[in-house]
Amino acid sequence: MGFWKSVSGRSEPAPARLDSLFEVPSAAVILQTETGFVPAGTGSVCYRGAAGAAFAQTQQDVLDLLEASSSAPEVAVSRDSFGFTWVSVSGDPADPSGLCTDLHAVNTTLEAAGFGPGLLCTLVPFQDQAGRRLGLVYLYKQGTYYAFAPTGPQQRDNLLELQVRDVLAQELPMEQDLQRWLAVWDAPGL
Amino acid sequence: MASTRFIPDTGLTVRMTTVMFLLGALFVGLVVAVMFVVSGSGATWWPLIGVAGIGVAVYQWWNSDKVAMRAMRAREVTPEEAPELHGMIDRLCALADMPKPRVGIADLDLPNAFATGRSPERAVVCVTTGIMGKLTPEELEAVLAHELSHVAHRDVLVMTVASSAGIVAGMLTRGAQFGALTRDRNSNNGIAFLVVLAVSLVVYAVSFFLTRLLSRYRELSADRAGAYLTMKPAALASALQKITGEIAAIPQGDLRASKAMNAFFIAPAISGATLKTLTSTHPSLEQRLEQLARIQAELGRPES
Repeated sequence: MGFWKSVSGRSEPAPARLDSLFEVPSAAVILQTETGFVPAGTGSVCYRGAAGAAFAQTQQDVLDLLEASSSAPEVAVSRDSFGFTWVSVSGDPADPSGLCTDLHAVNTTLEAAGFGPGLLCTLVPFQDQAGRRLGLVYLYKQGTYYAFAPTGPQQRDNLLELQVRDVLAQELPMEQDLQRWLAVWDAPGL
Repeated sequence: MASTRFIPDTGLTVRMTTVMFLLGALFVGLVVAVMFVVSGSGATWWPLIGVAGIGVAVYQWWNSDKVAMRAMRAREVTPEEAPELHGMIDRLCALADMPKPRVGIADLDLPNAFATGRSPERAVVCVTTGIMGKLTPEELEAVLAHELSHVAHRDVLVMTVASSAGIVAGMLTRGAQFGALTRDRNSNNGIAFLVVLAVSLVVYAVSFFLTRLLSRYRELSADRAGAYLTMKPAALASALQKITGEIAAIPQGDLRASKAMNAFFIAPAISGATLKTLTSTHPSLEQRLEQLARIQAELGRPES
């Protein structure tokens, strides 16, 4: 946002950057070879639902679209304690690109209805042989990724997160500002 | 295909820009008038008073975070001390794509919140314990979004620049009073002092009303931006109703201590009766609710 625009009080809602989501499948391959984490086969989109009938209609459109899609994934909707909505999609763990297409459908439908500024993040969970969980989180407004590895209630494995950042640095735009690495404790799929 | 439901309020922008322009013109007028008088008399030290006034304003702006935190007896809190507050602000900042400000809590029963700091990178958002107890999480989030909009709009910088004409005029008034009382032996000098006194008094009065007007417009823009950020105008509306209701219900005598901070509060703590609409730092509750209702209608409009 430009300086003059901000001092004259004309800030606009930040638009979401959608297309980077398709870089996840190739990053998943790197992650598997380097760290042993494989996709859990689910993914979720987190957004702020707007008040009013228009948004309820749009959300229903999203769910209808997912049910009608070729991969026909299982869809679940939940709300977290911060008032954000999570739409989670479960599909075939061997097909991360199909999953990304489904997640992208959620984004584009919301954006087409004018609710793009409400998109917060997308989460793609991974797991390894030892049962450790790792979420690859995409921040829509910054257009960057970071790893979130919960190890218990309110505890996260920072070493693993930093390791994933370094492993994927060539593949994905990783978030450099550590303050932006949101802790999404109650995210579905983790 | 609508990519956003955000409707810019051109009328508000035009009104706000006009007020900012008038304040700038007022400042230039003051400087020109003083220079004109100074060149006629021998007192070349007058501009120094004006420069000192600017210095005071710059100092206040530069240290606004520390000064305001100290004035409100607020302390900075870490994510471990206030995880929910930090979680809300984290999410709002990610949603708005802005740097995260520091977070403070003031131990006050008065339900209020303010944001200050010289730039978005050095900002601090502060809430009172009263507001955290009185509002639901959803309403608190709406209030935080309003305060973050103040940060994004650089309101501390804007209001400091806007009030600098008034500050300089105020200091010149003092200087001219002093000069007119003590140095009236030279009649040419005495008249010059009186001219400066009159000019600065007028500038001070006009800038007082203009800065208050500007402050009200800034509040309306922050309401707008905050409502679009949380996408829940109704939450901000109910928060405002609760806060203003609570404040009006509290006896006025207890509230005087926080009067100097009023321009930075989400809702003012003092309800004046006379000249209220012209001199208040915040727009009326009806005006704010009306605007939020318009945003609500826009967000809920079915797709055409």
